Amino acid sequence: MNGITHHSQVWTYRSPRQRLLLWGGWLALVALFVWCWQVMTRDTIWAFVNDAPTQAADIGGRMFPPRLSYLPELLLPLWDTLNIATLGTIGGVLMAVPVAFLAARNTTPSVHVLRPAALFIIVASRSINSLIWALLLVAIIGPGLLAGIVAIALRSIGFVGKLLYEAIEETDASQIEAVTATGASAAQVISYGIVPQIMPAFWGISVFRWDINIRESAILGLVGAGGIGLKLQASLNVLAWPQVTMILIVILGTVVLSEWISARMRHALI
Amino acid sequence: MLHLEGLSKTYRTGDTALNDVTLSVPKGQILGLIGPSGAGKSTLIRCINRLVEPSAGKVMLGNVDLARLGKSDLRRQRRRIGMIFQEYALVERLTVMENVLSGRLGYVPFWRSFLRRFPPSDIERAYRLLDRVGLMDHADKRADALSGGQRQRVGIARALAQEPELLLVDEPTASLDPKTSRQIMRLLTEICAERNLPAIVNIHDVPLAQQFMQRIVGLRAGRVVFDGPPEQLTEAALTQIYGAEDWNAMRQGEREQAAAEADARARMEAIV
Repeated sequence: MNGITHHSQVWTYRSPRQRLLLWGGWLALVALFVWCWQVMTRDTIWAFVNDAPTQAADIGGRMFPPRLSYLPELLLPLWDTLNIATLGTIGGVLMAVPVAFLAARNTTPSVHVLRPAALFIIVASRSINSLIWALLLVAIIGPGLLAGIVAIALRSIGFVGKLLYEAIEETDASQIEAVTATGASAAQVISYGIVPQIMPAFWGISVFRWDINIRESAILGLVGAGGIGLKLQASLNVLAWPQVTMILIVILGTVVLSEWISARMRHALI
Repeated sequence: MLHLEGLSKTYRTGDTALNDVTLSVPKGQILGLIGPSGAGKSTLIRCINRLVEPSAGKVMLGNVDLARLGKSDLRRQRRRIGMIFQEYALVERLTVMENVLSGRLGYVPFWRSFLRRFPPSDIERAYRLLDRVGLMDHADKRADALSGGQRQRVGIARALAQEPELLLVDEPTASLDPKTSRQIMRLLTEICAERNLPAIVNIHDVPLAQQFMQRIVGLRAGRVVFDGPPEQLTEAALTQIYGAEDWNAMRQGEREQAAAEADARARMEAIV
């Protein structure tokens, strides 16, 4: 007690100034929405929109029933797709590991040169969609599985590299200090002090990326990079809607299965 | 055996953690380092194996000045110094055996350590040490499956696996209960006696220090203010070390602690 006899019953979470800013912020957001709505509707041809339910029903009608007899023809492209995803993931992870060690603040050999370079590789890889990578690679190394594998690998570097270097930076420094104090070399400090600490993160990230890559590799055929996407494009070109449905069902089944496997594996690892 | 001469450490923040410390530790002596938090205890032992870089002075281990060594010579000399840590600092996800064998890292080439193919003599030594600290049955368990006292025993076995000529011990009992603390201190003193091993033990528990140490050095604001046998550690001496109620020095200490940690982290970045 320091002599105060009367304590206020009034306490507010925000100051009047904060309240005003908050209201202003919401008002601006509503105004932005109204303005965007106007821009959007100005160029819309409403005849098409009004027609949409009929069109959807029409295509939907053509898509059913799916052509089950098409399934045997899809198995090989599906196998190709799985291989693109798996080999692409392995390749991406192999390239991402050194990049992650160069990018992590506590393991990089040079903060001013190699770290920015590694971060640039990560950003570049992440900012380009795998479909765009595939488009470029089909032009460079020709159509086929290889372009798909390399596209998936290049896109995976950024994802795996970023999550892995964050895991490296979050390692417990005292364990690293203890290994250093034994007289271990830099390589031994990494292999005994850091690698055991990041192993669960490493496997979790890799399996997660493999799961994502299965979804991405399914559409790479659209630009000629092999896999089940080639069949999708071929069917779309000839308006073979029942085949398109069949392909979509197969992709859906594969994705559900891969997600289940990935969830199980990550659960077991972490 | 170990001789520190004019050892000083000033952090980049300008805080002086160690100020002209001169100290000799003969073979077989167990020296307890006491002092308020941030008096420079942690900095002092880390300056010896250069986890923290000293600003000035000599660190003579035998006839080698550790303060002047280049990177690879330093690594070779670090093998002679075993270190035991406050929160054990075991590699949690490795087995007990791997943790003990990691004490041999300075002696084996990378491929051997990577493939876990250590020489038979190293493995025999590791088993002997695990037997000595009473963890023979736990060799293949993961370190994070053990209790605090057991982990610190693994920490001791790891340090001894180096066949060190000096032990640096940083608050070995800080996270242990009183009974386990005494068991660990007893084990440490027994082992040092068996091997005629000198040790510097940072300890904040004064009664524990008086019970187990042969010699006590009191540190205050980076200076040695007491040096003598435990019996001479009177009330007056303790007041001299810890101060009656010197809050300013305490706050300064906390800043130094933070600076020491930041510096150690920067050092780690440079090494790895």
